[in-house]
Amino acid sequence: MPAPIRLRELIRTIRTARTQAEEREMIQKECAAIRSSFREEDNTYRCRNVAKLLYMHMLGYPAHFGQLECLKLIASQKFTDKRIGYLGAMLLLDERQDVHLLMTNCIKNDLNHSTQYVQGLALCTLGCMGSSEMCRDLAGEVEKLLKTSNSYLRKKAALCAVHVIRKVPELMEMFLPATKNLLNEKNHGVLHTSVVLLTEMCERSPDMLAHFRKNEKLVPQLVRILKNLIMSGYSPEHDVSGISDPFLQVRILRLLRILGRNDDDSSEAMNDILAQVATNTETSKNVGNAILYETVLTIMDIKSESGLRVLAINILGRFLLNNDKNIRYVALTSLLKTVQTDHNAVQRHRSTIVDCLKDLDVSIKRRAMELSFALVNGNNIRGMMKELLYFLDSCEPEFKADCASGIFLAAEKYAPSKRWHIDTIMRVLTTAGSYVRDDAVPNLIQLITNSVEMHAYTVQRLYKAILGDYSQQPLVQVAAWCIGEYGDLLVSGQCEEEEPIQVTEDEVLDILESVLISNMSTSVTRGYALTAIMKLSTRFTCTVNRIKKVVSIYGSSIDVELQQRAVEYNALFKKYDHMRSALLERMPVMEKVTTNGPTEIVQTNGETEPAPLETKPPPSGPQPTSQANDLLDLLGGNDITPVIPTAPTSKPASAGGELLDLLGDINLTGAPAAAPAPASVPQISQPPFLLDGLSSQPLFNDIATGIPSITAYSKNGLKIEFTFERSNTNPSVTVITIQASNSTELDMTDFVFQAAVPKTFQLQLLSPSSSIVPAFNTGTITQVIKVLNPQKQQLRMRIKLTYNHKGSAMQDLAEVNNFPPQSWQ
Amino acid sequence: MIKAILIFNNHGKPRLSKFYQPYSEDTQQQIIRETFHLVSKRDENVCNFLEGGLLIGGSDNKLIYRHYATLYFVFCVDSSESELGILDLIQRFPRSSCTWRKPGLNFHVSFPTGVTKVFVETLDKCFENVCELDLIFHVDKVHNILAEMVMGGMVLETNMNEIVTQIDAQNKLEKSEAGLAGAPARAVSAVKNMNLPEIPRNINIGDISIKVPNLPSFK
Repeated sequence: MPAPIRLRELIRTIRTARTQAEEREMIQKECAAIRSSFREEDNTYRCRNVAKLLYMHMLGYPAHFGQLECLKLIASQKFTDKRIGYLGAMLLLDERQDVHLLMTNCIKNDLNHSTQYVQGLALCTLGCMGSSEMCRDLAGEVEKLLKTSNSYLRKKAALCAVHVIRKVPELMEMFLPATKNLLNEKNHGVLHTSVVLLTEMCERSPDMLAHFRKNEKLVPQLVRILKNLIMSGYSPEHDVSGISDPFLQVRILRLLRILGRNDDDSSEAMNDILAQVATNTETSKNVGNAILYETVLTIMDIKSESGLRVLAINILGRFLLNNDKNIRYVALTSLLKTVQTDHNAVQRHRSTIVDCLKDLDVSIKRRAMELSFALVNGNNIRGMMKELLYFLDSCEPEFKADCASGIFLAAEKYAPSKRWHIDTIMRVLTTAGSYVRDDAVPNLIQLITNSVEMHAYTVQRLYKAILGDYSQQPLVQVAAWCIGEYGDLLVSGQCEEEEPIQVTEDEVLDILESVLISNMSTSVTRGYALTAIMKLSTRFTCTVNRIKKVVSIYGSSIDVELQQRAVEYNALFKKYDHMRSALLERMPVMEKVTTNGPTEIVQTNGETEPAPLETKPPPSGPQPTSQANDLLDLLGGNDITPVIPTAPTSKPASAGGELLDLLGDINLTGAPAAAPAPASVPQISQPPFLLDGLSSQPLFNDIATGIPSITAYSKNGLKIEFTFERSNTNPSVTVITIQASNSTELDMTDFVFQAAVPKTFQLQLLSPSSSIVPAFNTGTITQVIKVLNPQKQQLRMRIKLTYNHKGSAMQDLAEVNNFPPQSWQ
Repeated sequence: MIKAILIFNNHGKPRLSKFYQPYSEDTQQQIIRETFHLVSKRDENVCNFLEGGLLIGGSDNKLIYRHYATLYFVFCVDSSESELGILDLIQRFPRSSCTWRKPGLNFHVSFPTGVTKVFVETLDKCFENVCELDLIFHVDKVHNILAEMVMGGMVLETNMNEIVTQIDAQNKLEKSEAGLAGAPARAVSAVKNMNLPEIPRNINIGDISIKVPNLPSFK
């Protein structure tokens, strides 16, 4: 077999591929060669083959078949093999692999190897992908290496220890003794990784944190190191842009932040050095700003002096003016974090922050937007909203939803006047209507309802806003609702705030009708429009016939929602015209409900989606809760909710007979095929569905007792009695025991009892105790019938009796429908 | 901690991928693609931070990247890393890899002179003006350099000289092995490749620079 091609040759070949398919073909060919080479246990070229596999892996081709080969390479004596083997292990194996068990041993050997680079490889691999089992097994070795004097190994061991602690936190104590001397190290690599290790321990365990604060005096040690870094002159080793090891400084500042958090003494001990760093750091380069930024975060997080905090925020304010976008970005991010605690200090930079809204960079824009909302208060609301509305107008679509809901929240909290509030929300709906959250519509409706003095003004504004433009659906919905409620104010033109407009009733209806037919309108919007038209029937005087016509047209709409609504309204016109004006009264002022999260839902209206109006009128509000009001509630709710109840269950009880009738009607139309009444039961005059809907709920706890028995049949001396039992486990099963007795002077022989029930029931007839009914009531035949009545319908039964009596065959049919309600309910 | 380090070119072709959290192979490729889409549509003059894609863990993570000529260097980090610090780190990476001249290569990444940052600089030092081709042909070496800088998602060493010294020492160790134990194998392959020039790298470099213009057609 020829020697496999080299990695660089393979790469060169792959790079000649002109298409993806060509590349795939080359790789497959090479993979086949590699596999066969693996099968032959070729030790010389294994390293080369795995290296090639790693390249393919990077390109996204499967390379898992190389996993075991990596282990073999790790076990090899050669450093070259080990290097590729460990690299492969880190790239190809992940923590779930079973091969880890095999690896543990290899790593253990290599951690004790005589060459530091082999030890380094093992540490690196363990620190990258060691599973918790591996960490448990090898923690001792890592701890040993953490104490070595070799800085190359020591820094790696420190990071490896961090990984071990992350995987198995209870091993933390084991590394505690080794941390004692870590900070006395001169080597910056070791110092850096040691600070990382200490940070990890302090963050993970409050006990460790207390220990390092009190017993180890960590803060003074860190302050000393930091001071040396700042004060030390130029050292080419660690210099980055004229600053001595900024990476180490950043790390130390982070650890100080954790140590100083919620601890007065530690914070006190670091105040000076923080002030020193904040004032002495050169800011012309990115590294300097990185340190300053870290210092600011530390100052904000610990219990620092107020002067220091102001200094920190001013640094961030300076950042905002920096030319470098990255600096502006981190400034905004950290101002966002501190705005809650140091509101006034941040407020001073408001104009700079608002300017960032105009930045071209979306990352910066988003943060500027969030920060702007955090800065809005009662004093600056008008100015800030002007800026934010302008931003809403011009920003990318991805910001509009967040910006709109931010404006809603801020407006609700700080609105200087109701008119301003309504104007602002309407402005949002007109500019970004299709991006607002679902609850914006009910919230605005609630707001409008509650500001009685603004009704005329609002309805006029909304009317103008939707004239000829139905593209902003939420706006159209609010407008339709308001026109429906306050259409009379619109037509009478008595608006004081603005120049009144002259609108006729027909013009208003024209608008609503064109909303109904516009193909931009969603189903919900149409529902709003239809309800608005209906409401106008009591507010307008000369267009009622037109309204009737519109409503009846939609009685045959293909939209089920709309159809059902129209049919109900039609019924209202026809059958219940005397109630119409009461039902369509203006909505009462709504009580404030929390704006976020699910709101209370009016009874069980069968709502399946968040209804535009879920706010419940106060149950014990100022109005007397009379029947009419209850009715209003129910229908008022229906008015606006897109989902119409098909079977209202619990509410009607309080609303009286008329409502029952009405609902019966709705039921009739809503469920076209009501339960088919068997022709054989003419006596049942009540349509069953009316009761069905209402009486399905009652529970039967004591069904076994108290069911009266009935006489089902009594003719020609034969008497049949039914006694009932209900099973407790399955209440839909009724057990009927029949007892047949004979009062004549002759026995009845060959007695056969048969029974039949409608299809909705199931019946089981057990065998009778005998076929002879003895004369003179001297004995009875008993037979058990089990009836399964899952729908709990009224029980009906037909029975057929055949027997021989006095030498002649008798046969009789009978209907039993006097079952006691307890036997089937 | 650093979740992943990715290098890909302007067409999204990966040149280095290193994940410090376990992801399946498929997910890794998806992350690379997702990251490329997020990063590549950004203008040159916007900031170097953006929120991470969904696959890598959503907005808790940040992508910190730098774009040099044909290459994107992307670090995906969580909130425990300093954004500005990582930015410095990226720049220090590519400058520490070995020293050989490559005549005929006119495909250099132009680094802003005077800027000194770790990752890019280290590569630069090792490859002597690093370019995309260096990363392509020496991806294993880049991994080795990275392993001396970042370990288990944490920064290990930022001192360039130290990194270069350690890398050189390890390369020397490899060479000495090749000199002793590798001799027979090398002899065999030398015979087998008799008709090929003994150091293909030098010969083919001309080819590469000629083929470079064709690169963009192959994504």
